Amino acid sequence: MIRDIAEMFQNSFMVRALIGGILVSLCASLLGVSLVLKRYSMIGDGLSHVGFGALAVASALGAAAPLHIAIPVVVASAFFLLRLSENSKIKGDAAIALISTGALAIGITAASVTGLNTDINSYLFGSIIAMDRNDVILCIVLSIIILIMFVFFYNKIFAVTFDESFARATGTKAGIYNMIIALLTALTIVVGMKMMGSMLISSLVIFPAVISMRLCSRFKTVIITSAIVSVICFVIGLMASYSYSLPTGASIVIVNMIALILAVTIGHFTMRKNKRALKKHAEKKK
Amino acid sequence: MGELLKCENLAFSYEDVDVIKNLSFTVNEGDYLCIVGENGSGKSTLTKGLLGLKSPNSGSITFENGLSRNEIGYLPQQTPAQKDFPASVFEVVLSGRLNSRGLLPFYSRADKLIAHDNIRKLGIEELMNRSYRDLSGGQQQRVLLARALCAGKRLMFLDEPVTGLDPIVTEEMYRLIEELNKNDKMTIVMVSHDIVSAVKYATHVLHLHYEKSFFGTTEEYIKSPLGKYFFS
Repeated sequence: MIRDIAEMFQNSFMVRALIGGILVSLCASLLGVSLVLKRYSMIGDGLSHVGFGALAVASALGAAAPLHIAIPVVVASAFFLLRLSENSKIKGDAAIALISTGALAIGITAASVTGLNTDINSYLFGSIIAMDRNDVILCIVLSIIILIMFVFFYNKIFAVTFDESFARATGTKAGIYNMIIALLTALTIVVGMKMMGSMLISSLVIFPAVISMRLCSRFKTVIITSAIVSVICFVIGLMASYSYSLPTGASIVIVNMIALILAVTIGHFTMRKNKRALKKHAEKKK
Repeated sequence: MGELLKCENLAFSYEDVDVIKNLSFTVNEGDYLCIVGENGSGKSTLTKGLLGLKSPNSGSITFENGLSRNEIGYLPQQTPAQKDFPASVFEVVLSGRLNSRGLLPFYSRADKLIAHDNIRKLGIEELMNRSYRDLSGGQQQRVLLARALCAGKRLMFLDEPVTGLDPIVTEEMYRLIEELNKNDKMTIVMVSHDIVSAVKYATHVLHLHYEKSFFGTTEEYIKSPLGKYFFS
């Protein structure tokens, strides 16, 4: 078993996938808690489709580094989607669906016109060998920034996530923190897309957050659990993908799904216990 | 007893439709002002204006006697997303201290003590390590009030504080607010649907009614044409 694992990571692409993937999972899971709680989960999904569209168009145009084009496009759409969600007059969920399917259509058309059909598959569903040296460096830089930000702005992120209008009314500039979260989400998604595939990358944002919310009842423990769950699921999924030659992104999502089922089952019992204890407490008081 | 908040000739509009026009009132230290009015009379617009979330089209809102924004506490209406939020009661209450931290990233010992004090004051010590989402509506409202107390010492805005609470808990909530006003000399500005209770507890009433809004003491209100409509 140990020898198998050692052998697995003798391939340099596996080492890159492991390092890059762990870091992307970590960043995505931290941001995910805030996004899921603010009901912005679909922004992650929308952004990944925009990322696919941008990458496909960039490659079709023969850009040397498609990622460099995709990053600004996705960041710009992140700000745009955030604006839409804040504006209650336009329905945010419909707008996201419009933008994501639109971007997908443009990407697929661009790719098929220029005959890039082999790349399409890896853009859409990810590939284990996709991470190159530059991607890993980007992942490392990005995750350092996200981790520092998270520690430094933790209390503000909590306040803005829990109650934006209270934070605004008592003098916290909520708009800036929303923008920082949108920016970092956009970067995480573009970087992670190559390995996970644009169809599946948003799972890294959503699954760990939902899983940890089932298990924990404090914000701090939710965030820490989310990070741990995300990394563990990623590593198991990656190794399964290598050992049984399964698609990487899909294996990771399936591992997350299994974790979610376990968490829902466990959470069902613990939450019931908590509610019962509180009810007893309230009755005693009366 | 000095003035704390002064509004002069306020006007707010949404897409060129006037919601509030030519509204003037003042809040003095120690007052308990209740803002009432029908749906669409501009209660929530005025609240947003007072909290600095929306600027008036004309007129002015000024803080007097050195009142600053981080001395104002706020009890907002709950959002559906909050009801199942995984956070401990202590985490929620402590977040009220954020506005006094400025750019400093972490809470100090003093902040934590203030949070503890307010938790004790509202009688929710036993719930301190519980998850916010497991609490009943009334308990959640107490937690949010404790958080508001952490944020502001002098002035408290309450936005529909009893919506969705049962009659017993509603009465408890009103009593808590009254205690804050009487014992802690906290100035209260409350937006409410509940005109009868508002008149029972408040010292002043602002009844928003399109062009003919009323502002004055509770006694004057009961004798006014708008008040008579509800109290005779």
